[in-house]
Amino acid sequence: MGRTVIEKIFAAHTEDEVVPGKVIWLDLDARSARDFAGANVVKRFREAYPGERVADPGKTFFTFDCNAPANTIAYAQNQRICRLFAREQGIKVYDVDSGIGSHVLMEEGIAVPGATVVGTDSHLNILGAVGAFGQGMGDVDIAFAFRYGRTWFEVPPTMHIVLTGRCEFPATAKDLTLFLVGKLGSRGALGKAVEIEGEAVEVLDMAGRITLCSMATEMGAISAFLPPSDALWEFVEGATGRRDFPYPTADPDAEYIQELGLDVSGLKPMIAAPPRPDNVYVVSELEGERVDTVFVGSCTNGRYEDIRLVAEILKGRRVAPGVVLKVAPATRRVWGQLLKEGWLEVLYDAGAVITHAACAGCAQGQIGMTGEGEVQLSTGNRNFPGKQGKGPTYLCSPATAAASALLGRITSPERL
Amino acid sequence: MRPTVIKGRPWVIVDAEGNLIDDIDTDQIYHNAYLAVTDPREMGGYAFSNLEGWGDFPKEAKPGDVLFVGENFGAGSSRQHAVDCFLALGIGAVVGRSFGAIYKRNAINSGLPLLELPEIPVAALRAFEEVTVDLESGEIRSPGGRVIARARPMSRVALEIYRAGGLLELKRL
Repeated sequence: MGRTVIEKIFAAHTEDEVVPGKVIWLDLDARSARDFAGANVVKRFREAYPGERVADPGKTFFTFDCNAPANTIAYAQNQRICRLFAREQGIKVYDVDSGIGSHVLMEEGIAVPGATVVGTDSHLNILGAVGAFGQGMGDVDIAFAFRYGRTWFEVPPTMHIVLTGRCEFPATAKDLTLFLVGKLGSRGALGKAVEIEGEAVEVLDMAGRITLCSMATEMGAISAFLPPSDALWEFVEGATGRRDFPYPTADPDAEYIQELGLDVSGLKPMIAAPPRPDNVYVVSELEGERVDTVFVGSCTNGRYEDIRLVAEILKGRRVAPGVVLKVAPATRRVWGQLLKEGWLEVLYDAGAVITHAACAGCAQGQIGMTGEGEVQLSTGNRNFPGKQGKGPTYLCSPATAAASALLGRITSPERL
Repeated sequence: MRPTVIKGRPWVIVDAEGNLIDDIDTDQIYHNAYLAVTDPREMGGYAFSNLEGWGDFPKEAKPGDVLFVGENFGAGSSRQHAVDCFLALGIGAVVGRSFGAIYKRNAINSGLPLLELPEIPVAALRAFEEVTVDLESGEIRSPGGRVIARARPMSRVALEIYRAGGLLELKRL
């Protein structure tokens, strides 16, 4: 019988029989912990395995991104605990200068097509963008993965989504993603892997692939996978110098638990209103609502292409009086490219607050939170109450964020 | 060896109308106001304290009791407290229509037995003083020994972790 993408990846990493619903032992190509929960992983490890070593320091990583550099003493302590453990065990730390861990894993060629990776980031399934299995887990799981290099996993059933039509600017990858989150809802893909195909997916650049895969979590999915593309191979080659990884694709006779066809032609810019990511509207339906703060960044929309688009829209203009525009690149590499090509200067001239690479707005740190009643537009992936501060948060694309920052009101980018 | 047949009183987690409550999230199971609590024994006192109508649960629960819950139980955050509070009360097993993915892992890793049962026989369960749950076969029996429901048995791996007393007790290379 044919296999789905996740079944192919699993079959290459286990001796157990890979059948949906069955629990298998899965070999891990990499395991990571962030500054969030990382110290707990160390504590669990030390208690359960006193004096013992991690299975393979070369496949074990710390990535600091939640609070980088630490702006609370608690985070500073936690980062210190991780650094000391790393030194003792010979583990590499991608420290506070590096950026969002999941992106660093892809840029560094640690997460490659077909790889299995776990970490303490609930959006680690973003690695589906390069055809890798990524999964966020708690500190107990990660301590075990550090020690033994493997984990247990229930093979999920796979859902197959075929998109027809092509979405055209001003609709972008984020609008397509919000459209899907709105259609499926937060339980629409609960416990399933999702394969998404169609022209609208094939034409995505690497940033767009990342955006789409990052919000699998908000659909309830274990992971989302896309077919390979030129943009994917260019990225992988940049990270590893290689293009010869076998990319996991489904067999023609793979079995899906659900098939879904959606037409995305003529898609309009979309926005998720508070309090949930699946509370999705067409931007024009909410147009005119006043905006106080705009955050551009996050693992969903913090790539070079995302931030350059914002800079292109803002070039030669200034954000509306009273609006705070916050920008945080996803990684140091993205930050450097934007800096060297002059895009940060464009953003500076437009009135933006610019910070170094990390999770920023989504992790309640580093670039500030919102106060009560302060309306924020965010290019992130979650708008639950309290996630990015006290104020209500809307989720949108970088283009909508830029247009809205300019006018100080929710604005669809085609208005400009 | 920890028991694989659990005997205890059934608790069916329903709303005021007697319907199973779906989407009970980790904040309703264990409110974030008590996250600073680090002693697992103390956590039992806060189980369900944020779920409407269930505030007295910690006082009434006894070791071995079995919970029957709706869909997507344990949705939301990854907090371990939402599992530890039931372990503190000695809850024997949780049988649910479905579970949040992270909650399911946390529970299994901590040795709290979870079973999936797509249709919960609410009325039948509420009529019984006691049920037995066989973690290996998934059979749920009345005090007289009659099978009243068949849950999906726990997986071999989940049982292995349960028997070891938790994932971190499982020494495995």
